[in-house]
Amino acid sequence: MNLLDYFLSKRKKSAVVAKERLQIILARERVDRSGPDYLPALKREILEVVAKYVSIDVEQVQVHLQREGNCEILELNISLPEPPPASTNQPMGHSAAN
Amino acid sequence: MATIIVVTSGKGGVGKTTTSASVSTGLAKRGFKTAVIDFDVGLRNLDLVMGCERRVVYDFVNVIQNEALLKQALIRDKHCDNLFILPASQTRDKEALSKEGVGRVLDELRDSFDYIVCDSPAGIEQGALMALYFADEAFIVTNPEVSSVRDSDRILGILQARSKRAETGSTPIKEHLLVTRYSPRRVEAGEMLSLKDVQDLLGIPLIGVIPESEVVLQASNSGVPVIHFDQSPSGQAYDDVVARFLGESRPMRFLEPERKNFLRRLFGT
Ligand SMILES: Nc1ncnc2c1ncn2[C@@H]1O[C@H](COP(=O)(O)OP(=O)(O)OP(=O)(O)O)[C@@H](O)[C@H]1O
Ligand SMILES: [Mg+2]
Repeated sequence: MNLLDYFLSKRKKSAVVAKERLQIILARERVDRSGPDYLPALKREILEVVAKYVSIDVEQVQVHLQREGNCEILELNISLPEPPPASTNQPMGHSAAN
Repeated sequence: MATIIVVTSGKGGVGKTTTSASVSTGLAKRGFKTAVIDFDVGLRNLDLVMGCERRVVYDFVNVIQNEALLKQALIRDKHCDNLFILPASQTRDKEALSKEGVGRVLDELRDSFDYIVCDSPAGIEQGALMALYFADEAFIVTNPEVSSVRDSDRILGILQARSKRAETGSTPIKEHLLVTRYSPRRVEAGEMLSLKDVQDLLGIPLIGVIPESEVVLQASNSGVPVIHFDQSPSGQAYDDVVARFLGESRPMRFLEPERKNFLRRLFGT
C-alpha cells in the first residue's frame, strides 16, 4: 500500500489522532510540572542507565508521581523489549552507543 | 478597583490581540471604564488593530521609565469614550518591562478604571510573564490545533505557579477558555479538534468560541475591532463572550457548519 492509498483509505480521522496524542503529552507534561524540579533530570538519568544495558523505547516509559498524605511515591514503569529471537543477530553494542 | 484581565496563549498568532481589542471594546461599550495594554514590546500591533497607530506619542515603557506620565501615554479610543489604549514600545526590548515598573503602572490605573486588559505577547518570556503576573482573570486563547492546545496547557501551568496570586497564595486566577478560529465544517470532516476535545484536554471553563471568519481580517485591515461588526458571526461571538464574562448566560453559537445555520434561519428554529 503506498502512502496515498494510506491517506485516502480507512485511516483514523486526523482530529482523533490529534486528541489521542495530546492526551498523552499533556498528561506527561503535567507530571513534570507538578513534580519536584529535579524530576525531568532524574527521569533522564535513569533512562540513560537502563539504556546502557537494554535498548528501550522512550515511549514505553511511564512516570507517575503520587501524593499520599505527606508521602510521595515515584513510580517508573519501563517496558523492556522482547528478547530478540535467536535467528537475528542484533549487535548488542548498538543501543549503548546511542 | 479595576479587575486585571490577561489575554494569553503561549503560541503566537492565535488571536490574542484580536481578542484584547474586541473584549476591551465590548466592556467599554457596556459602560465600564477600560484600559487595554499592549505587552508585546518590540512588536507593537494592538494600535493597528484598534486603529490608533498614528496617535501614538508615548508608550508603556516611557511610562515605566518615568519619561512620560500615564495620562500622556493613554490614547482615547475613537469609538468609545471610556476606552483607553496604552501602546507597547517599538524600540526597547522586553527586559524593559520590570515587575516593579509594570506593577506601579497597573496600580495607578487600578484606581480610576473598572477593567484593565493585558494583551500578552506569544511565548513564555518576560513580556508574557509580566502580562499575566498581576492578573485576576485570564482568557486562554486557543486554536483547535495540537501545538496551540499544548501551549495553552503550558500557560495554565505558569498562571497556576508563577503569577502574583500563586506566589502570594491568594485566590487563584480565574481561567476562561476562549477557542478561536473554529471551523465547524472542518470539525465535522474530522480534520479539526472539536470544541469538546479542546475542553476535555484543557479542563477549564469555556467562555466562548469565535468562528474562523474573513471579517476578522477586514476588521484589522480597517483598524476597527471586529466586535463592532455586529452583523458578522465573529463580531457577535465576541459580544457573547463579553456578556458571559459579565455574568449573562448565553448559549454557544456558530458551532455548526454554515448551511445548517441557514436552514435554521429559514425555518425559524
Ligand atoms: N477568528 C478568526 N478568524 C480568522 N482570522 C483570525 C481570527 N482570529 C485571528 N485571526 C487572524 O489571525 C492573525 C493573528 O491574530 P492576532 O494578531 O490577534 O494573534 P495574536 O495571538 O495576537 O498574535 P501574536 O502572538 O503574534 O501577538 C491575524 O491575521 C488575524 O486577522
Ligand atoms: Mg498579538
